[in-house]
Amino acid sequence: MKDKLPLILLIVVGFMGLTDRFLPHPAPEHLNQYMRDTLLRIISAFALILGLGNLILRHMNRIRKKSTDWPHSYTLLISFFVASVIGLFGGVAGELWFPTRVGTFDFNITTIYNQMLIPLGASMFSLLAFYMASAAYRSFRARNWLAILLLGSAFIVMLGQVPIGYRISPAIPEISQWIMEVPNTAAKRGIELGITLGVLATFLKILSGIERSWLGSGR
Amino acid sequence: MRWACILCLLTLPAGWAAAQEGAAVGGAPVETAVAGADAGEAPLGQPAEPAPPAPFPAPAGATARDKPNDGGGAIAIRWQPVPGAMAYRIERAGEDGAFVPVGAASALENAYEDRVEDGVAYRYRVVALGPAGEEGASPATLPARSRPQWFNGDLTGVALSVVAFILVVAWFIRRARRGEQLFVRRIAGLEAVDEAVGRATEMGRPVLYIPGTGRIEDIATVASMNVLGEIAKKTAEFGTPILVPNRDPVVFTVSREVVKGAYTAAGRPDAYDPNSVFFLVENSLAFAAAVDGIMVRERPATNFLLGSFFAESLILAEVGASTGAIQIAGTDQVPQLPFFVVACDYTLMGEELYAASAYLSREPLMLGALKGQDAGKLLFMALLVAGTIFSLITGLDAGWLLSTSGY
Repeated sequence: MKDKLPLILLIVVGFMGLTDRFLPHPAPEHLNQYMRDTLLRIISAFALILGLGNLILRHMNRIRKKSTDWPHSYTLLISFFVASVIGLFGGVAGELWFPTRVGTFDFNITTIYNQMLIPLGASMFSLLAFYMASAAYRSFRARNWLAILLLGSAFIVMLGQVPIGYRISPAIPEISQWIMEVPNTAAKRGIELGITLGVLATFLKILSGIERSWLGSGR
Repeated sequence: MRWACILCLLTLPAGWAAAQEGAAVGGAPVETAVAGADAGEAPLGQPAEPAPPAPFPAPAGATARDKPNDGGGAIAIRWQPVPGAMAYRIERAGEDGAFVPVGAASALENAYEDRVEDGVAYRYRVVALGPAGEEGASPATLPARSRPQWFNGDLTGVALSVVAFILVVAWFIRRARRGEQLFVRRIAGLEAVDEAVGRATEMGRPVLYIPGTGRIEDIATVASMNVLGEIAKKTAEFGTPILVPNRDPVVFTVSREVVKGAYTAAGRPDAYDPNSVFFLVENSLAFAAAVDGIMVRERPATNFLLGSFFAESLILAEVGASTGAIQIAGTDQVPQLPFFVVACDYTLMGEELYAASAYLSREPLMLGALKGQDAGKLLFMALLVAGTIFSLITGLDAGWLLSTSGY
């Protein structure tokens, strides 16, 4: 039963997901929507508790074992505790009983999110520009004819996106556009076709019980 | 009174002409003509109401019917275009029979979709609007009721294709069940898995497995869980530590079960470390920062990046490359594939990610499904080529083969 119940559930839910696209009637659509919007959220909420518990335990273990860079774990645990207290007792914008303002200094969850988390995320994201440059440098070295082809097409596409490309020759933006619309789209569609069939085959493997790795526990 | 009489004389011929023309197409403009006559009876000394619109050819062939292949709540109205019309006004009459405007269409359109209540009968008429404000109303359509459909007939072709593909895969699975040896093409990225895990074992460093930043409902994440099971079996056999950081709490719980199960299946349940699979953070860029930290601190010898990846793909792959780890990546997010191609040693492109668990496990039934996947792709490629040739020869769009509603 421990094996069969998840499989039965999967078959029922899997077929509902598959037929959702083909059945426009509101009855199956509402049921699907309910499962996606409500049930999945409830499961996620419980899983989040497990996840946060795991996070805290892992970092406490790191501190206890004095693992590499273990003081960083203190940063995480203190941030976690402080943010939780502010969020739980101070409310989203400081509307609950816990004080989240000292003079003109606000430290409610919205402020923390806007003034700390978003700039930190933006900093991480901005690193992409440097990583792109280093990745481009490695990949655009003309080692063989395929790399030369890649280098040549990348050069034309990049030139086609900037005004100087048009100044050099009005044909450059057109060639750039052609590369993007014809060979690039053809390759993308080929990959997408393979992905769609792969998704269906995976669905079938799981549904027929051939693929059971996702069940875990040695099955 | 004199002014009223003059006005009557001026408007009556126009109303009469409209009535004559309206009678020829169904009589609706008669209402306009009568209204025009009434408007002429303005009391003396008060400004007269504006003259009614002059007649205009009415749209012919107006029909209203339930919009096919939908979830209800819509009626589709169609009509034949009127030359010279500037726009169309669509009017609806409910159970009380009074027509009220419900929408408009441009001169280029000859169809309108009206949102209505299911099961209620509605009649429609389409009013063509001329350049000088003239109007020509079509006869009222027959009553139409909207209702939801159980099957989307537009997708019959797609449904049949899915069934055909399922049959092909099922046929190959059946062949594999009979014990037939099936040849599966070589996938370089998956051939390198043993070497990559072996390298980590020799170097005494962990294997880092990142199951993407997608959620459990993403099929790429499910495929990644299947591959994780196979790779965890290998790390269990080789005695190599594995680290599995997770961004999604549900994926975390599943991947923990998968790794635990793989160690049990490999006969090494004692070697399973519950701390090897852990949750990090839900924010994807914060997740990338945390994983980069693990790559730099723990110096894993092998990085697997398999699953759904988005903007953080290059941040992860480049940091991994800078640590000197052998990297095997795979995703079904086409825009991220070039980043993996340039930054990783091997990249599984799209469908190869879905083939990975079968390829690694070498279980005959799974290989049968993989073979069926390849055969299905061949079938669809043949259909694409045939459709292209058909379109080139006949000049017709072969896309109609997939659409069967005809409406």
